[in-house]
Amino acid sequence: MTGPLHAIDCDVHPTVPDMKALLPYLDDFWRETVEERGINSLETVTYPPNAPLTARAQWRGQHGRAATAASELTAQVCDRWQAGIAICNCLYGVGLLFSEDMAAAFTRALNDWVVKEWLDRDPRLRASIVVPMQNTEYAVDEIERCAKDRRFVQILVLAMQETPLGRRHLWPIYAAAERHGLPLGIHAGSSYRHSITSLGWPSYYIEDYASHTQAFQSQVASLVCEGVFAKYPGLKVVLLESGVTWLPGFLWRFSKFWRGVRSEVPWVDRSPAEIVRDHVRLTIQPFDAPGDPDQVERVIDHLRSDAILLYASDYPHWQFDGDETVPAGIPAALHRKILVENPLATYDRLRSS
Amino acid sequence: MNIEVRQPQLGAKARVGIFDCDIHPKSSLEDLRPYLSNRWWDYLQTYGQRQRHGYVKGFPYPKSQPLASRRDSWPPGGGLPASDLDFMRQQHLDFYGIEWGVMNPLSPTGQGEQNDELSAAMAFAANEYQLEGWNRRDPRLKASVVIPYENSEMSCAEIRKRAGDRRFAHVLFLSRTSELLGKRRYWPIFEAAVEAGLPIGVHVFGSSGRPMSSTGWPSFYIEEITEHSASLQASVASLIVEGVFERFPELKIVLIEAGFAWIPALGWRLDQNWKRMKDEVPHLKRAPSEYLREHFWVSTQPMEEAEDPDHVIDVMEWIGWDKILFASDYPHWDFDDPFLALPPSLSEERRNKIYSGNAKALYRFD
Repeated sequence: MTGPLHAIDCDVHPTVPDMKALLPYLDDFWRETVEERGINSLETVTYPPNAPLTARAQWRGQHGRAATAASELTAQVCDRWQAGIAICNCLYGVGLLFSEDMAAAFTRALNDWVVKEWLDRDPRLRASIVVPMQNTEYAVDEIERCAKDRRFVQILVLAMQETPLGRRHLWPIYAAAERHGLPLGIHAGSSYRHSITSLGWPSYYIEDYASHTQAFQSQVASLVCEGVFAKYPGLKVVLLESGVTWLPGFLWRFSKFWRGVRSEVPWVDRSPAEIVRDHVRLTIQPFDAPGDPDQVERVIDHLRSDAILLYASDYPHWQFDGDETVPAGIPAALHRKILVENPLATYDRLRSS
Repeated sequence: MNIEVRQPQLGAKARVGIFDCDIHPKSSLEDLRPYLSNRWWDYLQTYGQRQRHGYVKGFPYPKSQPLASRRDSWPPGGGLPASDLDFMRQQHLDFYGIEWGVMNPLSPTGQGEQNDELSAAMAFAANEYQLEGWNRRDPRLKASVVIPYENSEMSCAEIRKRAGDRRFAHVLFLSRTSELLGKRRYWPIFEAAVEAGLPIGVHVFGSSGRPMSSTGWPSFYIEEITEHSASLQASVASLIVEGVFERFPELKIVLIEAGFAWIPALGWRLDQNWKRMKDEVPHLKRAPSEYLREHFWVSTQPMEEAEDPDHVIDVMEWIGWDKILFASDYPHWDFDDPFLALPPSLSEERRNKIYSGNAKALYRFD
């Protein structure tokens, strides 16, 4: 990585140690619910706590967890890797709950915990607003509540939801996002409304994790086909921890089908590949790179855009070894774009604050 | 409807006899009647098929045109597209100089039917009809062993019935199985296919009974057809990671109509995670991408089209020039014209492999 650039790390993960951490941010009723009903943890199997991918060994603290406090995260991400800003995407499993009321309460607590325990502790940190997708009205309320704090720079949802994200009943969320200059961040993960692949539950975690890219394909197709970008031309979407190398081939197939059957979706008035290049961004970890850096360079060429990739370490997930935050083969000429300029162009609130 | 049949002199452009890995002959339920017992014939008349979706006739995502077929493929003498051999010869087989074609019948074949016994009875009938109605009359058309894949015992019985019969090219699955293809319930089918010396062909479509995507039901047909490659990505990962190819090293899988540009990226992603979590899958002796490279073939249609055609050639290179098979998908709307489908800059040698050489080596028809 080039030294003097103050990179913008678009995907880092604070770890909630357990439900106790959120108690101070819950009202009496919900605090009592947590205690009376024995709700100890909302950790999800998307990242089994002890799995190698969940946290690189040297970043695990005394309880085996990575970065339960801001200083641990910034020491690695900001001090060692020279990020000037890091965006915290908290993946605690509030999005899996079925009770809309509980989801709204726990999500509020989570966002407040992020403010107090992370944003207030280090000026280099920013965060995403976790929204309760269980109920569109509640989701919009939470956006309105948190958007006042300009350190929240995007909205965060999981890649696998009850319905595809383009569906019209979710559009008030996108209206709020556009209104406040907040990109929609879609992160790997599931609300577990459906099996993790469209053909059922895989036996092994390796397949499970690999399958998240399929959900990103579904979501991009849905957002484009339903006309979200026609309705909200200012909306940007960031695919977080999505992998990158699947995108060109997906766009070829999707755009070809669009040419064949576009009369079904007349509001999609130009090629999906163009729409995606204008509205969708992807973080670079994991990249799912081929072993040969020359091939990486070919894939970058296939993307046909120098604006589409955003720097991210995905700390503490084990996506690379050593300090190789930028995959070998990404041309040096693109580094400044990926590390600084593209994130600034994507996140309105990083420019204005 | 006015049908303008193009003149066959264009056929002179075909430099090699073409091996078309995906042709969809159409039969009616009436065609299958001689091969169905009275019991199942009567059952079908009374209760019909129930295929893990809600409609008696038609599809939950209506196709872009009737029967998803080319407007010009309706035979002038009447009947459904690809139901009339003479017209299929005139419009496709003779016109393009097709040397061999693999028939992948899609319906009525009973695949994915809720009732296993009915599924097996219809698969048997569909196989008999491929032989009698098509292959006997035009031996260029090779049959698929249609199997009731949700029941492996019945599937194995059907495969063993057909073993050694060189009129069959492969064992046919639809891609939307009720579980991931690498799951143990399907392993007896792989064993029987290997014993019979037949590859497995997996053609997109079918109804798994699950939402079309892992994030629920999309709204549009364009999403349905785009989703097929995503679901196959999951099944391909499953076949590899479950260790199917360690157990059946002879097993060959042909992915039909699924696109192919996603193959290298899937291999890279699996390799990346396997490197860090090998301990989870000690039964894998090699990197996932190596199984992918060795055991899978892909058909071309619908041919990938990048904004820059050279990008598709990169991907073909990464998959391997020996693993790509030409397919037309006749008579469907997204048919690839054998004269026009491949990127023009491909060398003669690569072109010949894709049009014919690779399929001949795989299916061993001589």
